Amino acid sequence: MSVTPFIVLSAILFTIGCVGVLTRRNAIVVFMCVELMLNASNLALVTFSRANGNLDGQVAAFFVMVVAAAEVVVGLAIIMTIFRTRRSASVDDASLLKY
Amino acid sequence: MVAFWILAPIMVVAALGLLFSRKAVHAALLLAVVMISLAILYAVQDAPFLFAVQIIVYTGAILMLFLFVLMLVGVDASDSIIETIRGQRIASILVGLGFGALLVLGVAQVSFGSAVGLDAANDGGNVPALAQLLFTRYVFAFEVTSALLITAALGAMVLAHRERLSPKPTQASLAAQRMRDFAESGKHPGPLPPPGVFARHNAVDTPALLPDGTAAPGSISRVLAARGTVKSVPDIADDVRSFTGDDSTTSSAAITDGSDQ
Amino acid sequence: MSTAMSYLPLHAGPPVVSGTSADGVFSLLWLVIALPALGAVVLLLGGRRTDRWGHWLGVATVSLSFVLSLVMFFALVGRDSAGRQVHQHLWTWFTAGRYTVDFTLLYDQLSALFLLLITGVGALIHLYSVGYMEHDLRRRRFFGYLNLFVASMLGLVLASDYVGVFLGWEGVGLASYLLIGFWQYKPTAAAAAKKAFVINRVGDIGLSLGSALMFVTFGSTSFAVISANSGKASSGVLTAIGLLLLLAACGKSAQFPLQTWLLDAMEGPTPVSALIHAATMVTAGVYLIVRSNFIFSLTENARTAVVVIGCITLLLGAIIGCAKDDIKKVLAGSTMSQIGYMVLAAGLGPAGYALAIFHLLTHGFFKANMFLGAGSVMHGTNDDVNMRHYGALRKAMPITFVTFALGYLAIIGVPPFAGFWSKDPIIETAFAQNFVVGLCALVGAGVTAFYMTRLMLLTFITDERWEPDVHPHESPRVMTVPLMVLGALSALGGLLILNGWITDWLAPVVGARPEESLAIGALGMSLVTLVVVAIGVAIAWVFVGRRPVPRVAPTEVSVFTRAARAELYGDAFNEEVIVKPGYQGIRGLAVFDRSTIDGTVMGTASALSGISSRFRLAQNGFVRSYALAVLAGAALVLLALLAVNFS
Repeated sequence: MSVTPFIVLSAILFTIGCVGVLTRRNAIVVFMCVELMLNASNLALVTFSRANGNLDGQVAAFFVMVVAAAEVVVGLAIIMTIFRTRRSASVDDASLLKY
Repeated sequence: MVAFWILAPIMVVAALGLLFSRKAVHAALLLAVVMISLAILYAVQDAPFLFAVQIIVYTGAILMLFLFVLMLVGVDASDSIIETIRGQRIASILVGLGFGALLVLGVAQVSFGSAVGLDAANDGGNVPALAQLLFTRYVFAFEVTSALLITAALGAMVLAHRERLSPKPTQASLAAQRMRDFAESGKHPGPLPPPGVFARHNAVDTPALLPDGTAAPGSISRVLAARGTVKSVPDIADDVRSFTGDDSTTSSAAITDGSDQ
Repeated sequence: MSTAMSYLPLHAGPPVVSGTSADGVFSLLWLVIALPALGAVVLLLGGRRTDRWGHWLGVATVSLSFVLSLVMFFALVGRDSAGRQVHQHLWTWFTAGRYTVDFTLLYDQLSALFLLLITGVGALIHLYSVGYMEHDLRRRRFFGYLNLFVASMLGLVLASDYVGVFLGWEGVGLASYLLIGFWQYKPTAAAAAKKAFVINRVGDIGLSLGSALMFVTFGSTSFAVISANSGKASSGVLTAIGLLLLLAACGKSAQFPLQTWLLDAMEGPTPVSALIHAATMVTAGVYLIVRSNFIFSLTENARTAVVVIGCITLLLGAIIGCAKDDIKKVLAGSTMSQIGYMVLAAGLGPAGYALAIFHLLTHGFFKANMFLGAGSVMHGTNDDVNMRHYGALRKAMPITFVTFALGYLAIIGVPPFAGFWSKDPIIETAFAQNFVVGLCALVGAGVTAFYMTRLMLLTFITDERWEPDVHPHESPRVMTVPLMVLGALSALGGLLILNGWITDWLAPVVGARPEESLAIGALGMSLVTLVVVAIGVAIAWVFVGRRPVPRVAPTEVSVFTRAARAELYGDAFNEEVIVKPGYQGIRGLAVFDRSTIDGTVMGTASALSGISSRFRLAQNGFVRSYALAVLAGAALVLLALLAVNFS
């Protein structure tokens, strides 16, 4: 199986995730787009692991998953805390650090 | 390869749906689609362990966590379609497209050659081979990630913890507060009626009727009210009308919004 | 004019400065400077404690220096002609690489004469000042400054190195500034002091640049080295050095074009005018030229310039003196003119050096005499300087009149008084070298006779025109004794040329005086001069003596009188050509500084703040815009990578 289509798919998913981060206003949806980007990179890692014939890529993908899990936990806790105090889950409302 | 060509469009469409969906819950479910398709692709590429872990951890745990928090935050809140920052949408699409084009272009320039395949690496089984790598070459990173996980869990606990700012109200103070509310605003001092006292029906979208024929406001979930799927009172008020002989159908209309209970 | 100048070629080069070291009485040479210097230090640092006896200390130090100078002079006379140069090395001032400057005092025939003049006339004037400044509260300070002046002037003439001369040069300039502006509360005095100092500074450029040029050419600035090697330098360099030294002399001696300060310097007390601006400081320029004979004798162009300056100034000073009503300003114009004679003589080369020094000495006598006499007249008329308020003072102040008359006869050149013996040889030598120069000198003598006779008539002879509360009386003895001494010297000073003593005395220093012969002979020349002088006296008698003198200066006067009253527009010229453009330049610079330089600096700052206030709008607080910027950056990096990798 050729490698290029998988990588191209990974690139497309990554790009969609980027645009989602830039465009969506709900904090949780933005977070989900970040997860999409991580998953896209995971796909690339697994594909290259297959291309190179060793399992380092898969181990890397495994670590990415672990880190993503930790990140989601803390990130969602933060969003919830902000939501409790400000009653808003929009990323645009946290704009006090402006000129 | 067949699996790839079937799943790839599905994934792209699901991702675009994630991008464009207005309700957050839809976005989460579309992400689930993407993740499961990815799991299948891992399986196709001789990574059974990752296939399992993707479904169990990523889709089953992480995504569910997303959904829980969505429920907490407010599942009915939806993004408006209007962009508040001037030029952001156009710029994002342009830059995103450019970025994507560059990536694809770069990838297309590279000739990867034929894949070596993981038959030799998966010789004794994928899981033992992974374990072999994980506990020898990457053991340090493994230990570090364990520390990371513990820290994350602690962090979540700390962040989600609510400090009690005022003393816990005792029963006496709660009773006094109830009397005060009745004196000032006429709020009913007694407990809420147990379920079924006023219910006409045991469906969740059927409101309970108060003795005067109006719908009890607290008997319907706020979410259903927000969705507008609550049954209207006149449909179920026939026997009441037969008792009171009232032909008017102008009782309080369907509950449209739920105020605080 | 240079082609018309003829001079007899020297058989040998200019004399070289070298000498024996100081022994015997000459070992006290340093004391001559140290005494007045010590006096200055004590009087100026001692403060009010020294007020009661300070003036006598001032007189004592200079008198002791005079006694020492006299003893050393006779010791020098006792030596034979070859051994009359004495060096006394005090200490090494500084060493810079191969350049060493020593504090070495040089006592030779030239410095001996100057020492006698400075300390002798100085002591007399110090004595006079005890009486003249009696009512001044700051008299002690006055004597401190006077001692400081004497010390600096002595340092100037005893130095054996141009840097040492420069030290004394600046010292006398400082003392002159302090003394002209002694009455600080008078704005005119303060302005005059500043003017004198600033114009002197212009001259000092000449001395510094000249010393620097000498150092570059000869590797040293000491007289010994330069006099030994002056023949080896190129004529262009020698001319340049000569012209620079001439510039210095013009500044200090109030020669054209730096002459405008001298008349204003009369704001100072009269003893100051007598000592500094008649007898000693203004002669420092002449000293410089004569001492630098080893440069000037070798360059005809520089000498020509010196002669031209001398001629211009002697006529300029004489014309100014004709129209002034202030007695001190007339005498100042006269000083300017007589120094013009000295400079003229010095420019004539070895033929004239000794004559310049001789005239310098006699001028010191009779001019100091006349200035002190003027001070005595002012003392008797409540410090009035306007000659239109004088008249018939010969009966009220007989001693002053007689001594003043002796000085008058000396300056106009009546035999056998000193001025006749010193001025006539100059006119002779001038005629021998160039007819036009001689004519200028002769005409100058006539004009001198005119204005000095006018002065005598207005002050002493004509009818009294005194102010209502003025009762002229003779001055006290402490003031008239110096007058008498100086009067006697004015009468007898001509003895110095007996048998050509002074030219022989100075020949080892300035070179042998070549014999000049005139067509009509020396006696004929003197007769012609006397006729011209008589004409001048007669004109003054007719136009001033015979007519009533108006008490207020008439305003309807000829253009020549107006020009002479305005000092031949010297001040106006300086004002228009130098001061006003200077101010414009400064104002322009200030505007340039404010607009361009400040503009650039402040403009850069405000441009920067303008740019930054534009840029800060990008910080709009929205995370999504920042994320967009990050993605754009990443896309650029990716583009760069691809371009590099696949190009």
